[in-house]
Amino acid sequence: MTTADSMSPRDWGSASGTAHAEPVFQAGRCGMVAFLASEVAFFGTLIVAYLKYLGADNGELTPANMLHLPTALVNTALLVSSSITIAWAATALARGSHKAACRWLALTVLLGLGFLGVTASEWYDLISRGLTLRTNLFGTTYFTLIGFHAGHVTLGLLAMICLLAILSSQKQVGFLAEPVELVSWYWHFVDGVWIVLLLVVYILGR
Amino acid sequence: MSSKPGKFAITSPSGDRPWWGRWLLILPWVLTAAGTSYRVCGAAEELQTPPVRQTPDRLSTSVFDTVSPPADKIRDLIYLVTAIASVILLLVGGMLIYCIIRFRRRKTDRGEPPQLYGSQPIELAWTVGPLLTVFVLLMVVIRTVAETRRPEPSADAVRIRVVGHRWWWEFQYPDFPGLTTANEMHVPASVPGRERPIHLELESADVVHSFWVPRLAGKTDVVPGRTNLMWFQTAHTGSYRGQCAEYCGTQHANMLIRVVVDAPDEFEAWAAHQASLQQIDPEFAAGQGLFMNRTCVNCHAIRGTEAGGTVGPDLTHLATRKTLAAGTIDNTRKNLAVWLHDPQSIKPGCDMPSLRLTDQEVRDMAAFLESLK
Amino acid sequence: MTTVADIPARSSVDITMRLHGWVTTVDHKRLGIMYIVTGLVFFIVGGIEALLMRWQLFTSDGQVLSGTTFNQMFTMHGTTMIFFVAMPMIFGIANYVVPLMIGARDMAFPRLNAFSFWMSLLGGVLLYGSFFAGGAPDVGWFAYAPLTEYTFARSTATDYWILSLLISGVGTIATAINLSATILALRAPGMALGKLPLFVWMMLIDAFLVLFALPPLTAALVMLLLDRQLGAHFFDVQAGGSALLWQHLFWFFGHPEVYIVALPAFGIISEVIPVFARKVIFGYESVAAASVAIGFISFGVWAHHMFAVGLSPGLDSFFAGASLLIAVPTGIKVFNWLATLYGGRIRFDAPMLFSLGFLGMFVFGGLTGIMLAAAPIDWQFTDSYFVVGHFHYVLFGGTVFGLMAAFYYWWPKMTGRMLGRRLGQWHFWLLLIGFNLTFGPMHVSGLLGMPRRIYTYQAGQGWELWNQLTTIGAVIQGIAMALFILNVLISLRRGELAGDDPWDAWTLEWATTSPPAEYNFETIPEVRSRRPLWDLKHPDDPDWKHE
Repeated sequence: MTTADSMSPRDWGSASGTAHAEPVFQAGRCGMVAFLASEVAFFGTLIVAYLKYLGADNGELTPANMLHLPTALVNTALLVSSSITIAWAATALARGSHKAACRWLALTVLLGLGFLGVTASEWYDLISRGLTLRTNLFGTTYFTLIGFHAGHVTLGLLAMICLLAILSSQKQVGFLAEPVELVSWYWHFVDGVWIVLLLVVYILGR
Repeated sequence: MSSKPGKFAITSPSGDRPWWGRWLLILPWVLTAAGTSYRVCGAAEELQTPPVRQTPDRLSTSVFDTVSPPADKIRDLIYLVTAIASVILLLVGGMLIYCIIRFRRRKTDRGEPPQLYGSQPIELAWTVGPLLTVFVLLMVVIRTVAETRRPEPSADAVRIRVVGHRWWWEFQYPDFPGLTTANEMHVPASVPGRERPIHLELESADVVHSFWVPRLAGKTDVVPGRTNLMWFQTAHTGSYRGQCAEYCGTQHANMLIRVVVDAPDEFEAWAAHQASLQQIDPEFAAGQGLFMNRTCVNCHAIRGTEAGGTVGPDLTHLATRKTLAAGTIDNTRKNLAVWLHDPQSIKPGCDMPSLRLTDQEVRDMAAFLESLK
Repeated sequence: MTTVADIPARSSVDITMRLHGWVTTVDHKRLGIMYIVTGLVFFIVGGIEALLMRWQLFTSDGQVLSGTTFNQMFTMHGTTMIFFVAMPMIFGIANYVVPLMIGARDMAFPRLNAFSFWMSLLGGVLLYGSFFAGGAPDVGWFAYAPLTEYTFARSTATDYWILSLLISGVGTIATAINLSATILALRAPGMALGKLPLFVWMMLIDAFLVLFALPPLTAALVMLLLDRQLGAHFFDVQAGGSALLWQHLFWFFGHPEVYIVALPAFGIISEVIPVFARKVIFGYESVAAASVAIGFISFGVWAHHMFAVGLSPGLDSFFAGASLLIAVPTGIKVFNWLATLYGGRIRFDAPMLFSLGFLGMFVFGGLTGIMLAAAPIDWQFTDSYFVVGHFHYVLFGGTVFGLMAAFYYWWPKMTGRMLGRRLGQWHFWLLLIGFNLTFGPMHVSGLLGMPRRIYTYQAGQGWELWNQLTTIGAVIQGIAMALFILNVLISLRRGELAGDDPWDAWTLEWATTSPPAEYNFETIPEVRSRRPLWDLKHPDDPDWKHE
């Protein structure tokens, strides 16, 4: 026996309908902010480990030698523009422009896939030049940090693809405005983490 | 407002339950009990050979029995903070007991007592008071941290490099080239006119250990990849006991430390002797031959012979030590024989395997090792 | 005596349906009960592990357990008690009570709630599965590197430990997301944050602590797993990795963690003491503010677990200062509770007994904590039995006594029955006596130089007496908990019917039936003060006139 299938407790509200004592928080948004806070702590820890070991390796396989800033800048452009497109998708959907929302969301997915593709080719290059997780401290911390970020990008793309599937198959899509908004928050966060990685890994390291 | 038995009450006359229901409930407990007793009994197999125990040496390890400045300062701080804490405990505990006694509900009570929502002045007072107390404590702490700080080694200081291993202690004396020993550290006492601080450089060969001899100083961890520094100094000759104080694996419990504080000239004699190469008595050639030809030399060193292994404790002048196996057993012929026969019976899990020596081989080897004066 | 199964169904079908209902539930009340039951089962297991250790340490040179087994016991005991007893029981009680207290119908994300529970259970099962995979982990519950690196911990036991904490950790973070969204978004009309029951305040702060403290543990566990399984070098000292990095990361989680388990106990006490002293909490605002302060400061004290590793004097002093500072808001709350008792009309029902026990034990543990905060003192006492005594006073005397108070307080609401009064008293007194007999002497063992985590000790050091007292105390505690279980079983069978509001309490959960209907409230109530039922019962002198 479960609680009512069609509506969640968030929707039931009060019977009396009187005004609340203070502005109302929305559960979904609180939940997403809470989740992102935990992600800040998670990535923060990985970044701390990266910074701790920055400069600790001798030899060839160091950030200065191995990393290619232009590649990172391409990735940055891809992610930043994908943040813009998902923001447009969210506002479009809030406005009711079903088709536009679909287009912008699809473009976001493509840009995100582009990011993953560039990362994959970057990793292929690094690995073939001898840098792996087990090579040295840089390899260990770099692949862990960038890898978890890429993993988060992947999960975000999966969420977007699901939303896109529902969006394109349904006629009434008003109920998707909030989920798309929340996913866009997640996506902006992932983008923000990338900016930090750009600074810490690709710029600071050289 | 109705009162029904809760939804979650377990009620049923026996007719409602299948006959095997009762057994289903009991079965997990039976299995757990069986499994646990198997583990406990199975594990006890290791203990079947009655191990040889050390006679109690009754060396105090109390943090109040201090003989060295760092430990003294800590002890004084303990007294101070305990005094403050006791006052707080009496005040708070007293108030608690007072309230319990004075404000019990009485049979004659009707209605609710006056509701007191708060009082700014009182709350301010009991915020400021603790803040001040804490501030004073912090000042005292900072002063003690500074006072117990390791001074720069003087010319009369004795430097000892301590390397923690699983599960024994290696001691090297850079001031006495060649002096390497294990588990038992000798140091000179300070005498009027000649302060002899002992400076330890702590390193680890494997995992984190901790060097703790309570009467001499607080503990300092021994961390791989890092050299920690500590010091102590005492005018009181005698033996001081300590133990590894950071869990480091199976035999963490049996990683004892013995610090022997000698009179200055006794120390010089000890150090000179320990640094010297081992003289071998040809009477024990049988045992020596066994030692050199078996795998012993892979792990152990006897300076002055071909044995140069560094994995296990240096055995040079072994007979001068009071204990074996990091303080686990007294250094006697019999104990050594039991150890050689099967180290795992005394220190299960240690890195020294049973070498499958025959009884005669054990006797010869023990005689040889006990001859290493 | 009415039975639950009004439908005269075949019993086997009945059981399957009922089990299905529980397994698929997303109802916060059922999940809460499942969490609590899980916690209690693991409590018994962890208690048995403790009793085995105490049996081994009863004499010098004990022969009961081998070194390996003992080392597994203390690792499992610590890991179980923190992650699979304290956390589930706390989040179980929170799950049950928080939505009721704020006038909501369920948590904000019921399915996520169920997910959290099953992850928690899976973690526990995985941890104990290690026994069947060749042996339980024996690296200590805080698993210092490099002892946990593959070189020194060859068996899969450590991997089981890592995975079980990763899995249950994800569940815990999900619970924190749920709690924060629920408390912020689903409050009844009129319930501003300043009118939240203090237990709810504590859970809100707790949620934030979890959100910021658990992920670093997750990250550290991932790093360790990568080291062990894929050859990474995070804590591999040979390759330049740092053993201390693990300690910093672990304790950055580990210290807030103890406040994660302590704050709910503070919240429970803040509910129980007013009701059983018949007085409003003294200084609601400062209790809430002090708790927020504790939450923040708790992230700045972690290295007081590392005073002995050779940090600089500056760092030692900083962390000593922060650790001393955190005693201040804690002390403030103790004074608030005492002031609530003052002038009251105290009823010594079991919830109050345990709250009073909490006060005494937690204050004592807090004072030994102040001693340990003074870094030089810590240099003698850390890693000795003194610290074991200290943390059991605050974690057991604090959290567990608090949980017992909560259990006796809310059991009538959850089951519609009362727990036995006599048995409750026996439980309390035996537990109090046994507890002090167990953990009090540990302070003496510690100052006599006995390190912790040793499976044996030699005769002649004066440690035997204190160890024997400790062991006897542990046995008494075991008896006390057995009485508790007996009380629970008897109450379920034929406990006195409770009614909706057996304690004459003041928060919203007591306005529902016992147990509440699935939807909690027919109509969501509107509140005007912190004690809505006080307002209803005392219309001439409602709280909102004074707040």
